[in-house]
Amino acid sequence: MQPIAIRDVSLNYDTPGGKVQGVANVSIDIDASEFVCIVGPSGCGKSTLLNIIAGFLSPASGQISIGGKPVTGRGMDRGVVFQDFAQLFPWRTALGNVSFGLEMKGVANPERDKIAREQLRLVKLEKFTDSFPHHLSGGMQQRVAIARALAYNPSVLLMDEPFAALDAMTRDDMQRLLADVWRETRKTVIYVTHNVAEAVYLADRVVVMSAHPGTVKAIIKIDLPRPRDPLSVEFLDCQKELMGHLGHNTNGAALNGHGA
Amino acid sequence: MTDNQQRTRSMIRGGLSLLFVAALYEAVARSGYFPAVLLPTLPTIVQTLIAMLADGTMLQHAAFTMYRVMFGFSLAVVVGLPLGILMARHPRIEHFFLPLISALMPIPSFALIPLFMLWFGIGNTTTVLIVFYAATFPMAFNTWSGVRSVNPIWLRAAGAMGADEHSLFWKVIIPGASPFIITGMRQAFLRAWIGVVGAEMIAASDWGLGWVIFDAKEFLNADVMLAALAVIGFIGFVFERAVFGTLERATIQRWGMVRVAKG
Ligand SMILES: Nc1ncnc2c1ncn2[C@@H]1O[C@H](COP(=O)(O)OP(=O)(O)OP(=O)(O)O)[C@@H](O)[C@H]1O
Ligand SMILES: [Mg+2]
Repeated sequence: MQPIAIRDVSLNYDTPGGKVQGVANVSIDIDASEFVCIVGPSGCGKSTLLNIIAGFLSPASGQISIGGKPVTGRGMDRGVVFQDFAQLFPWRTALGNVSFGLEMKGVANPERDKIAREQLRLVKLEKFTDSFPHHLSGGMQQRVAIARALAYNPSVLLMDEPFAALDAMTRDDMQRLLADVWRETRKTVIYVTHNVAEAVYLADRVVVMSAHPGTVKAIIKIDLPRPRDPLSVEFLDCQKELMGHLGHNTNGAALNGHGA
Repeated sequence: MTDNQQRTRSMIRGGLSLLFVAALYEAVARSGYFPAVLLPTLPTIVQTLIAMLADGTMLQHAAFTMYRVMFGFSLAVVVGLPLGILMARHPRIEHFFLPLISALMPIPSFALIPLFMLWFGIGNTTTVLIVFYAATFPMAFNTWSGVRSVNPIWLRAAGAMGADEHSLFWKVIIPGASPFIITGMRQAFLRAWIGVVGAEMIAASDWGLGWVIFDAKEFLNADVMLAALAVIGFIGFVFERAVFGTLERATIQRWGMVRVAKG
């Protein structure tokens, strides 16, 4: 898998009301196979940064390189998962959705089917290969989206709040599943979230961004053994520390696991 | 309730609506207020219909009409579908065609029949072109709306997975716009069907359901007119339900892109 280097990346949006700062001078170094979470207040530029890494936006200044190769646009070395359940193609079955990237890559059929099924098995949806997205729950749809992003074997997985719209219980299951998938595939992952507990559960390191200008405020290493126990004292300590960096009141009621 | 039960129910409901209207008609026809030649009873109409079906003339007329409508409708799809897509994808093409469509679409195809007769004479050319005119604009217009309404996240996801322009077009834009494209086909066919009957009344000779109606006027054959009307209504109904309904069930309804139709 590939390391990622983000150097002094800035981007402004031109809007009818003038320039809006997206991100300013962001630098992060990410190791190969590392799981990095990005947290920060709403509007600080998390999605903007992820979209730059994905190649959907090009930065006004700064560079990004993946495995030493500069990023100039979209590329099949990256897989992307969005928050919106609607990201799946409704006219394709789960298997059809997962096959899409392979089709684009030119992988022919017995092989393509085999890989797609394998990916669906990885996210525990092997029983739903022939279901259309509208017959799947939100959590299942996001799992298909993850399988789809992994199917063409990118070295980097970019995820923008993929579980934010799920209920708390499903989200816990999904986090566990994602941690398993990551352990099995060893992708380099950049994961945007609002949720402090989620970041502590998943990340090797957490990047804390500050609002206006959207820049890196702190990078925190999470040194807990995996699989992590969200109820352990160490876990809660980590959460507290992270919330401190986010500027939350660390002895208030917001400290119950799903705060932020 | 299963899908099948629901379909049976909606068929029964539809049948009851028809039966009610038929009974009302029969009551008026038998009341004696109107001469029987002008308002024939249902049995008379049915007899005429059966006779015309039995000697094959009605089928021959229907076949002519079908040929004209399918010809014109297919042309309209072949032209309107790409036009709508091009308009949605290229601002220049949009700028050029959108005002044109807005201006031409409201003109009833009937209003063009005399002009087309002057240009193309009586016969298939005129009727097919009237159908084409009637059907192209709704096809293009709906396709245009459909392509513009394709969810950008699909394009983004497909792009991230390495889709080139060609795959984006065939594997994302066309299926993504399909609810509108199917609506476009429905509207186009409806207008085509209305157009063909009108055109046949004036611009066809000897054959076609529209011609049958117009010709029957000469001999005060109200039963023939009503029999032809029944066939026109029946074919229109079959297309709406069987052809487009099936297409919809097999695609956008199956994909959950529209909700299941009731009734
Ligand atoms: N397409 C756009 N046009 C103009 N301004 C934008 C656009 N997208 C984002 N912005 C602005 O850029 C800033 C960063 O937005 P971004 O979506 O990256 O934030 P975020 O951290 O992902 O927020 P959230 O947590 O709410 O998703 C915000 O101030 C936002 O208003
Ligand atoms: Mg965001």
